[in-house]
Amino acid sequence: MIYRLISQLGQSVRNWLEELGLAIRTLIAILLAGLGLWRRPRLVTTQIHFIGNYSLVIILVSGLFVGFVLAYQGYYTLNRYGSESALGLLVALSLARELGPVVTALLFAGRAGTSLTAEIGLMKAGEQLAAMEMMAVNPLQRVLAPRFIAGLIAMPILAALFTAMGVFGGYLVGVQLIGVDEGSFWSQMQGGVDLWEDIGNGIIKSIVFGFAATFIAIYQGYQAQPTPEGVSRATTRTVVLSSLMVLWLDFVLTALMFK
Amino acid sequence: MQNNKSLDFWVGLFVLLGAGAFVFLALRVGNMSSMSLSDSYTVSAKFDNIGGLKPRAPIKSAGVVVGRIGDITFDDHTFQAIVSMQMDARYKFPKDSSAKILTSGLLGEQYIGIEAGGDVNLLASGDKIKMTQSAIVLENLISQFLFSKAAEGKDDAK
Amino acid sequence: MNYNVGLPKTPPAVTNLVEINNLHFSYGTRPILTDLTMQFPRNKVIAVMGGSGSGKTTILRLIGGLIAPNAGQISLLGETIAKANSDALYQQRRKMGMLFQHGALFTDLTVFENVAFPLREHTDLPESLLHDMVLLKLNAVGLRNAAQLKPSEISGGMARRVALARAIALDPQLIMYDEPFAGLDPISMGVTANLIRELNDALGSTAILVSHDVNESFAIADYVYFLSQGAIVAQGTPSEMLASEHPYVQQFVNAKPDGPVPFHYPGNTFAQDLGLGGKA
Repeated sequence: MIYRLISQLGQSVRNWLEELGLAIRTLIAILLAGLGLWRRPRLVTTQIHFIGNYSLVIILVSGLFVGFVLAYQGYYTLNRYGSESALGLLVALSLARELGPVVTALLFAGRAGTSLTAEIGLMKAGEQLAAMEMMAVNPLQRVLAPRFIAGLIAMPILAALFTAMGVFGGYLVGVQLIGVDEGSFWSQMQGGVDLWEDIGNGIIKSIVFGFAATFIAIYQGYQAQPTPEGVSRATTRTVVLSSLMVLWLDFVLTALMFK
Repeated sequence: MQNNKSLDFWVGLFVLLGAGAFVFLALRVGNMSSMSLSDSYTVSAKFDNIGGLKPRAPIKSAGVVVGRIGDITFDDHTFQAIVSMQMDARYKFPKDSSAKILTSGLLGEQYIGIEAGGDVNLLASGDKIKMTQSAIVLENLISQFLFSKAAEGKDDAK
Repeated sequence: MNYNVGLPKTPPAVTNLVEINNLHFSYGTRPILTDLTMQFPRNKVIAVMGGSGSGKTTILRLIGGLIAPNAGQISLLGETIAKANSDALYQQRRKMGMLFQHGALFTDLTVFENVAFPLREHTDLPESLLHDMVLLKLNAVGLRNAAQLKPSEISGGMARRVALARAIALDPQLIMYDEPFAGLDPISMGVTANLIRELNDALGSTAILVSHDVNESFAIADYVYFLSQGAIVAQGTPSEMLASEHPYVQQFVNAKPDGPVPFHYPGNTFAQDLGLGGKA
């Protein structure tokens, strides 16, 4: 009985390692295929449009509302210690360092990630990828790599937009609604937020998240079972895996960056 | 398939918006607007102990930011710290100005305070500030206090 | 009585475009194809027929290099089919065109762009020339005026014709059809069968037709292979097959409900299930 349990454990570890190996190999193949894409920028820009532009609304609106909430909650807490003038600093730091990259990545996984997975999964189910292969066109280069690069480019842009909207939202609630002093709102912020340490690290985080979330979405679609249930399961897996990966990477990166 | 021209326009707009967000963050949210864009000249000073001074910390005179710390290196001949300071070109100081390492607030970040001297000649790029005062290290302060208390006690006992 | 025709008959004279020798293929532990030997001579339409699960589509995938055999050899024009993802395989694929069962058109492109796809990817033709060539191919399948429609706006039969136009876009030497008649109304079936035969003659190519539609396939094929459970059970010209007395061919060609392919799923007899405890 114990023997069977242990051998089953060994079996699952081996399966897991094999899957991981396959994922890494696919990633390397996509990266190599992506190198040849500079000759065909239109493939990438089309995808940037589908991934980036179509996510704009949700990112901008979410950023605004997160900024609102940060200002409300932040004011309430800072007020107890008489430090309301630091509200701008609080809002900007929270957004630039953490909320901007992380929330954008989670929203990205939900909106763009699922659409990528579903699209690729359905292409696989409809034999479009096999048809492409039979026409001597490498689907990794034609379909997967452009989407991957587009996600990598779009994510930091979306994160920056989220953060900017959040700061603006914080300004609207903090200064206009609650009445914190406008001058100290901005000056404390500018005094405390470092361009490279805070904003720069936030951008680096968003690039790493973009790498992970886009690859997971594309890979799940590529490996999906070519049936309706298979595609639906793949989209669910994309959201769950991406979210967990982003949060875990956030922990690791924060530990490394902010000592 | 979407018209190529209109698609290019939207993607371009997207990237432009992103660039705008970056610029906004850099200038209005971050501290880039102070210093890095204006002209500066470099001056150096040696300290016995720089305490917690970090690069990019402010250099203030009369409470106004007049520069930023550049590199901090170690001289292993005199065993002192060499601090390179980027001074805003708009403000000139006499050659005999002194530099002190001060702390903002009680336990805040450390910065360099410049007190102007009286020399007619002004500091130019590459010059060294001769008079420096190191950071106050808390442990030394406490041991000094304890030592003076002990000495007082001994005096009383005599 | 021995219905087996013994050594495989090579149809009259010409050299073979594709040759399969002693091929074995298993999916995991389940054998799909066992000891298969087939020839596909030039300029002929060869039908590969059999029930579902007999391994017909697998043969097409093996020829196309999408999967690799466990043992045995497949060659195209004398060269063995290369390994997956190799340049050699991509070179070989340029000589092939494949029509998938439901068309497999790219749903985000128009009919025109679908047919233009292989031309854009593999040639450097100027746009005007490419435009004319695409219209030529679409004209051959009768869908020139549907060029600006999207796959979602045309019927299944028309989608398959577009896929056919796409498959012949580069004038390949080998065209493979995976169940081209499945799910079509009689008119579309007739149209498709006609196209397969005429295009083959016009292009001078070789066609491999995987189907279980007896009437249409026999009407256009030069030679037929019958597969059952991964092995060839009969082969010959359509007229020879109609006259064959092989029980499997008989059941298939005459659409008999019971024969070598049983009606009842194997297991207990009905009497046993009802508990009548009688003999089997």
